[in-house]
Amino acid sequence: MTTRFTSGALLALVPAATLFASLGFSLQASANNLVKVDGSSTVFPVTEAVAEEFQKAKKGAIKVTVGISGTGGGFKKFCRGETDVQNASRPILAEEMDTCAKAGVEYVELPVAFDALTVIVSPKNTWLKSITVAELKKIWEPAAQGKVMKWKDVNPAWPDEPLKLYGPGSDSGTFDYFTEAITGKSKASRGDFTASEDDNVLVQGVSNDKNALGYFGFAYYDPNRSKLRALPIDGGEKAPKKGVAIAPSKESVMDGTYYPLARPIFIYISKKALEKPEVKEFSDFYVNNAGRLAADVKYVALPASAYSAGLDRVAKKQVGTAFGGHNEVGLNADQLMKRTLSLKYAEKK
Amino acid sequence: MSNVPSPAPLNASALTPEGMLSGMRANIRSRKVFDGLFGVVAILALLVSILALVGLFVNLALQGSERIRPEFFLSFPSRNPFEAGILSAWVGSLVVMFVTALVGIPLGIAAGLYLEEYAPKNTVTNFIEINIMNLAGVPSIVYGLMALGLFVYKFQFGQSVLSAGLTLALLTLPIVITATREAIRTIPNAMREAAYALGATRWEVTSHHVLPYSMGGILTGTVIALSRAIGETAPLITIGALTFIAFLPTPPVSTEAPYLSFQWIWDAFTVLPIQMFNWVSRPQEEFQKNAAAAGVILMFMTLAMNGVAIWLRARYRSRVKW
Repeated sequence: MTTRFTSGALLALVPAATLFASLGFSLQASANNLVKVDGSSTVFPVTEAVAEEFQKAKKGAIKVTVGISGTGGGFKKFCRGETDVQNASRPILAEEMDTCAKAGVEYVELPVAFDALTVIVSPKNTWLKSITVAELKKIWEPAAQGKVMKWKDVNPAWPDEPLKLYGPGSDSGTFDYFTEAITGKSKASRGDFTASEDDNVLVQGVSNDKNALGYFGFAYYDPNRSKLRALPIDGGEKAPKKGVAIAPSKESVMDGTYYPLARPIFIYISKKALEKPEVKEFSDFYVNNAGRLAADVKYVALPASAYSAGLDRVAKKQVGTAFGGHNEVGLNADQLMKRTLSLKYAEKK
Repeated sequence: MSNVPSPAPLNASALTPEGMLSGMRANIRSRKVFDGLFGVVAILALLVSILALVGLFVNLALQGSERIRPEFFLSFPSRNPFEAGILSAWVGSLVVMFVTALVGIPLGIAAGLYLEEYAPKNTVTNFIEINIMNLAGVPSIVYGLMALGLFVYKFQFGQSVLSAGLTLALLTLPIVITATREAIRTIPNAMREAAYALGATRWEVTSHHVLPYSMGGILTGTVIALSRAIGETAPLITIGALTFIAFLPTPPVSTEAPYLSFQWIWDAFTVLPIQMFNWVSRPQEEFQKNAAAAGVILMFMTLAMNGVAIWLRARYRSRVKW
């Protein structure tokens, strides 16, 4: 034995020690020119597109991170002041308003685009040309569990074939909105369907089975048009166009006739963060480009007037929500922007 | 070998010498057949795992081949699958692995050394040993949960390179410790006794003899631990790293004073497996190709690291001569 031990572990200890020593005084170092966004996976594609273009335009002078932790999970971080901007596929709820208020976090609410929840069947399905909200309710309501098991159980004109259902998991904002719009109560749904947080699983499940029916955001339907068929929806009594089944499209979402499955998606900007120039710049860029970029990622842009109203909100730092802590169904863009904003929640109408 | 063996060994002819001989031959032949059969079964079992790996790799490579070009490594993720690349992901993977190695390797080796060379054999040591064995079996997502509470919130490290590096370092620790101990155990006690007889202290025995002789084994185990950590996704998603990142960490050196910056350990990051996960869940078919291409790169990185382990082992083995 001739070599003495000099390399390896001993040498590795030196940088490790330096690293730990450096922690002591760099702990205060905060990231400069960073905008932190987190929240809904539904809003993610829009914010991601905005962040991508914004960083290109700023040539990397301002960094943007866009996380995915769900609308609910994101609001928890947002109300702790950890993030600057929150992606939300539904309005802020009463208990989240409470948490934010306790932590002294005020927010500017901005609708940024519309999403059309799309009810889909396989192209092999021959009997469905459209579907009514009443039929959807019969299929999806909690009472249907174990009872409505065949297509003819919903409508006697439909075949004596098993009814196979696919939908997003109960943690998603999509599930919340669909149940609210169809069964009248958020999260009230039958439980015996194939649930997946990964919408690609739903695409696969429905596309090859003529007896399958499912729903998810329009962004997942659009690239899979060859494998799936979107059903026009007859919105029933409350619909703007009664007795006509309307297919999801840019136009039908814009004019509010795709009822009740068109929903607005939002971002919430922390008022305190808005004081930082980088967050202000990002917010302005967001509102100015949301229309174009939302269409790019297959969401429906709001009318231009809604975006200019949004810019105004950001400039004046108008805080509060227009929803009083509830989810609402079937609003169009004008109704959305004309309402008064409040940090207090209201009785459900 | 030409005569046909009698099927039943216990008939009248079995009592004659010729009968006994043919019975034995039949016995040997049937055992040889079984021997051959088992060999075939063993090879089939081997083929299943190798073919699965090759199949997976070929499938990924075919799917992702059209994406693997220089721009793929040099561009940031994007909403456009044709422009989207893995720059922030592979840099992030390297940076996180650097922190993991820096923390995990010295701690793991020191702990292993203590347990083998220094620790008294008593119940406390036994208890620690059993716990380290158990730690190696803890699911990685549990490490993620612990890291979320400890590093991200308690220590306020946030969703940073540092949090991720420390999380993965914890994950690799039990493997490094176990590898270190096993490598140390292969050193004959006579070597230690000879050194002690010449008046060496325990540290001298350890640093002059035990460590250099076992370094090959230790490094092999360490690199394999790191190559497992590089593919970890669950604990990093738990600490909140499922994030769109289109920038690189702050460079550690700059042309302005103070020239050296540790800002990069506080920066947000993404890593290859997380980028893959993000792409797989996209609606557009084209993104599946990006995910496959990133998978090929990740497999290459893992294979390269295992290659380094093999090379290190060979190098240290040839150096140690006694």
